[in-house]
Amino acid sequence: MPPVIETLIWIAVAVVAIGMYLSWTAGRLDRLHTRIDAARAALDAQLLRRASVTQELATSGVLDPAASIVLYEAAHAARQAEEEHREVAESELSAALRAVFGETAQVEAVKEIPGGEEAASELAAAARRVPMARRFHNDAVRAARALRRHRKVRWFRLAGHAPFPLAFEMDDEPPVALADRPVS
Amino acid sequence: MKIGIVCPYSWDVPGGVQFHIRDLAEHLIRLGHQVSVLAPADDETPLPPYVVSAGRAVPVPYNGSVARLNFGFLSAARVRRWLHDGTFDVIHIHEPTSPSLGLLACWAAQGPIVATFHTSNPRSRAMIAAYPILQPALEKISARIAVSEYARRTLVEHLGGDAVVIPNGVDVGFFDRAEPRPEWQGGTIGFIGRIDEPRKGLPVLMRALPAILAARPDTRLLVAGRGDEEEAVASLPAAMRERVEFLGMVSDEDKARLLRSVDVYVAPNTGGESFGIILVEAMSAGAPVLASDLDAFAQVLDQGAAGELFANEDADALAAAAIRLLGDPERRAELRERGTAHVRRFDWSTVGADILAVYETVTDGAASVAADERTGLRARFGLARE
Repeated sequence: MPPVIETLIWIAVAVVAIGMYLSWTAGRLDRLHTRIDAARAALDAQLLRRASVTQELATSGVLDPAASIVLYEAAHAARQAEEEHREVAESELSAALRAVFGETAQVEAVKEIPGGEEAASELAAAARRVPMARRFHNDAVRAARALRRHRKVRWFRLAGHAPFPLAFEMDDEPPVALADRPVS
Repeated sequence: MKIGIVCPYSWDVPGGVQFHIRDLAEHLIRLGHQVSVLAPADDETPLPPYVVSAGRAVPVPYNGSVARLNFGFLSAARVRRWLHDGTFDVIHIHEPTSPSLGLLACWAAQGPIVATFHTSNPRSRAMIAAYPILQPALEKISARIAVSEYARRTLVEHLGGDAVVIPNGVDVGFFDRAEPRPEWQGGTIGFIGRIDEPRKGLPVLMRALPAILAARPDTRLLVAGRGDEEEAVASLPAAMRERVEFLGMVSDEDKARLLRSVDVYVAPNTGGESFGIILVEAMSAGAPVLASDLDAFAQVLDQGAAGELFANEDADALAAAAIRLLGDPERRAELRERGTAHVRRFDWSTVGADILAVYETVTDGAASVAADERTGLRARFGLARE
């Protein structure tokens, strides 16, 4: 076999190997993007759920008028916020919830009225799941960003047209009186 | 919900992770979920109906000790079959970084995957070498759970990313209901753990014992656990040896009764703990706890609010604290009360609800778990040219 052909064969083998590796990396990236999409959808669902329960509580007449207005305003703003103001609006809802449900007495008062027990536990569940969903989302974002910053991904444009993933940053500390378990 | 749980360690060898998985599976089944646990087990071992054997684990030297692990072609095929037959909504992998079933399942599955990290190992050389291999598998995990703030910190430092902290669960009611045994009551100190495992800290307690007996001669030490009893008391003066009673391996019922009976439960562990389930069990049974100030223990004891802490490996500090506690019934009653209130958060009702919340968060809007079909060569090339 002439040396030229041998060299060509080796080059062809190398190209195929690199191609397979790149396609595998593209598949990895694709899976990460799917994971981010799912995590984002879950986070959206939890945030919406929290805002709706809050709004329901605010309009139910259970709370005093001042607290009702504060909660209603915050929940309404969170639900209507444009994408770029969403993080701020959701953080403000967290702050409002902490202000109203900062004390156990307030939570107890809500629980006493008919249907209040359910509303309180629903709100507690929603307030606990938001930080969870956000952590999972940001974890996926971090993994995707780490891979996308890699040379092989940038040089060969393996990410295609997918937007660079952004973490969702907000204050999601739940109200103390509603969190009857360690939060961390 | 159809839930698949992967246990990395042999089902027939007792261990913290295995007990956790057993209790979790039984809790979820009681709530009406369909649960299947994939675990390494010998063919002869009788298994509960919800456990599927992944074949026998092979003992291999790993990470400084002999670990029983599952790997290789046959195990991988069994994992695939289990995933295929199960059609799970979510799979929950324990210890995904151990080179065993956890990692195999991570490789073989796609869809909503939850993983719990139990250990807080310092970074091992093998892990650093394996990092590029591990990363693509770990990327598939949608939600990570760490069993303590300490375990979460290790995870974040070594693998990056983040995790939610959900502690291990305990059936608080089981310990709370146990009847104390009169012969184990009256000036008794309890210790449960392997006698010949220095990290469990019995030697520290033995060094502290002479001082405790000098101050309170009526004290008795009750030791439950496997190991060489002669060797354990070898360092004690002969006259004091009769104050130590060895109970050998005890059943779960006796463990609960022992914890109900003792005046002080001492956990002198010197390291290697990432959670400290025994402390939670002791508090559930209403035993005042005195533990070494390991990170994990301090966290379980709410930084000393739910139980007393002493400087790790300091026998004098242990003796001083034990003497103080034994002579102060009011303080013991106070610790009992605080402990009982504190352990509510470790009860399965709470822990199980949190774990289910994680399952629901990752399954929201996601397809169910399936075997990860490797793309064929031609599809690969189609992808590569895109």
